[in-house]
Amino acid sequence: MKNLRLPKSPKVLLGLAILTFFIIMTVIGPWLAPFDPNSTQFAPLLLPSAHHWLGTTSLGQDIFSQLLVGARATMVVALLAGIVATILSMTIGVAAGYLGGFTDDGLSLLSNVFLAIPGLPLLIVIDSYLPVSGRSNEFVIGLIISLTGWAWGARVLRAQTMSLRNRDFVEAARIIGEKRYRIMFTEIAPNLLPVLASSLLFTVLYSIGAYVTLAYIGLTSTSVWNWGTMLYWAQANNAPLSNEWYWFVPPGICIALVGTGLALVNFGIDEFINPRLRAAGLTSRQRRSLGLPRRARLGLTPVLRSASVKRPTNTRGSLVVE
Amino acid sequence: MILRRLALYALTAWVAITVNFILPRLMPGNPIQTFIGKLTGQVTSGEINAIRLSFGGDFNQGIFAQYFTYLSQLFHGNFGVSITLGAPVSAILRETVPWTVGLIGVSTIISFVVGTIAGALLGWTRGSRFDSLIPTATFFQAIPYFFLATVMLLVFGSNLHWFPVLGAYSQNVTPGFNWQFISNVIRFGELPLISIVLSSVAGWMLGMRNMMITMIGEDFVLMAVAKGLPRRKVIMHAARNAVLPSIANLSLAIGLVVSGALLVELVFNYPGVGDLLLQAVLNEDYPLIQGIFLVITFTVLAANLIADVVYLALDPRTRTEAAV
Repeated sequence: MKNLRLPKSPKVLLGLAILTFFIIMTVIGPWLAPFDPNSTQFAPLLLPSAHHWLGTTSLGQDIFSQLLVGARATMVVALLAGIVATILSMTIGVAAGYLGGFTDDGLSLLSNVFLAIPGLPLLIVIDSYLPVSGRSNEFVIGLIISLTGWAWGARVLRAQTMSLRNRDFVEAARIIGEKRYRIMFTEIAPNLLPVLASSLLFTVLYSIGAYVTLAYIGLTSTSVWNWGTMLYWAQANNAPLSNEWYWFVPPGICIALVGTGLALVNFGIDEFINPRLRAAGLTSRQRRSLGLPRRARLGLTPVLRSASVKRPTNTRGSLVVE
Repeated sequence: MILRRLALYALTAWVAITVNFILPRLMPGNPIQTFIGKLTGQVTSGEINAIRLSFGGDFNQGIFAQYFTYLSQLFHGNFGVSITLGAPVSAILRETVPWTVGLIGVSTIISFVVGTIAGALLGWTRGSRFDSLIPTATFFQAIPYFFLATVMLLVFGSNLHWFPVLGAYSQNVTPGFNWQFISNVIRFGELPLISIVLSSVAGWMLGMRNMMITMIGEDFVLMAVAKGLPRRKVIMHAARNAVLPSIANLSLAIGLVVSGALLVELVFNYPGVGDLLLQAVLNEDYPLIQGIFLVITFTVLAANLIADVVYLALDPRTRTEAAV
């Protein structure tokens, strides 16, 4: 258990705020939805109004309700795929980096092969062969997405493990006679936390994209509401060409915002890992309070030793990684 | 090093081919058998036979015999027959692949060059007001390609009429090697191209910026400054070294860009592989889906190989080290 204090740059705070908002939406969205997203009781293609905040579809469904209900499937699948992929990449990356030899060769080859195969076409092929029951099962879809998304993380974690494996504390554990899997998961893995967190954010970002894309081209069940299916129906009914922006713009913006939130938090982790980026991410006011030159001079990016610039008076905005 | 990469790509190609073979056999209820069963009456028996062969021939044979039939068919360029289009998959692909390679190739190069230059400058001027570009760039990076393309199609195409929309050239022009046709193709390619560049440029930019910041702390940059080199030369010094990881990461990026760009084609009804893939998926045209997957994979591998050669030419260290 360890509190990783992220740098309090405005970027990171903004990212955390966005993510918190969407996580809340995931949890309570379906309860907040004013109408049943499937109900076709309203007039078709109503413009946004007080009654229908985002208007209605060509079938007369309330778009705002679809957006709220769809948040859950989108976020849950992305999170599931991200977590599974990160576990995969940690196991494979740490094993490859720590064990070395043939194991490393084999596992590295495996991840390089997966990196080189373009992910989306592979996903489409796998998905097109799934029976219909599989396509409408979010867990199946999430697992398949994670299969195509673990390789990059494994490569990064392998490199990081290799730089750790000969450190004294690992050596000490080895001499005591700790088992290999114990060294890998209790000695090395905790030191990979920032990299792991960054890899998790990255894979969740990838998974949202992949899931929404699959739904958009109609490869998931069109009866499960997520932001991709909304775009699918909008596209299928020619909403973009007939100017029905209120139909297809909101889900797209939501996807982009979640992605931005993840990427912004990732900046914070990058700055945590790379102290030079930390100084580069400061605002001019923070620079002044630290006595740094107002503008960065060439050749002199200061390395900040403390992760947070000012000790916050409250703990809001600190990422707790367990 | 290049030999090791070649071996890796050969292996990857083999994996892709094998996945194509094994996948339908792993799925419950053997989708291919069902698929071929459904075809009876729709297409000629010769075509059914071609499809059956492209999937590995007689299902009653042993799995290895099927595998070798499948491989030898692939080797002879037989990807089967597309049921919806009624033509051999290889012939269909020959018509669509050039459009995709042209569009994606040009936009990837543009976005790499623009993103790298912008990233180098952003890294150099870190901490200045240009840093506010970063969240904006991140936002563009997080938007799914196909969504950005849709919005641009709506705003600049159907509303403002700045760009022609839908298709790769106007109906009034006859395809051929003449200026009228080529300029028409360029005109129709502008909007898809801009949307791909907009969605992919941020990735290059941010990666380059971070590498640049790390590079600026290195002694050789300080040395260059101490020697009193003009600023432009110092930036070039640092940028030349910072760009190496970007190129090394091309293998990941090309795959992502291609995946995204396929969807852009779909939005713009561009007559490339992406549009074809959607049709194939909607119609459950398995031979076509498989053929497209293989062609995309091979193309991405070829692009990776080119990136590796460029990397080798730019970084002398890799010529002596055996690192992959």
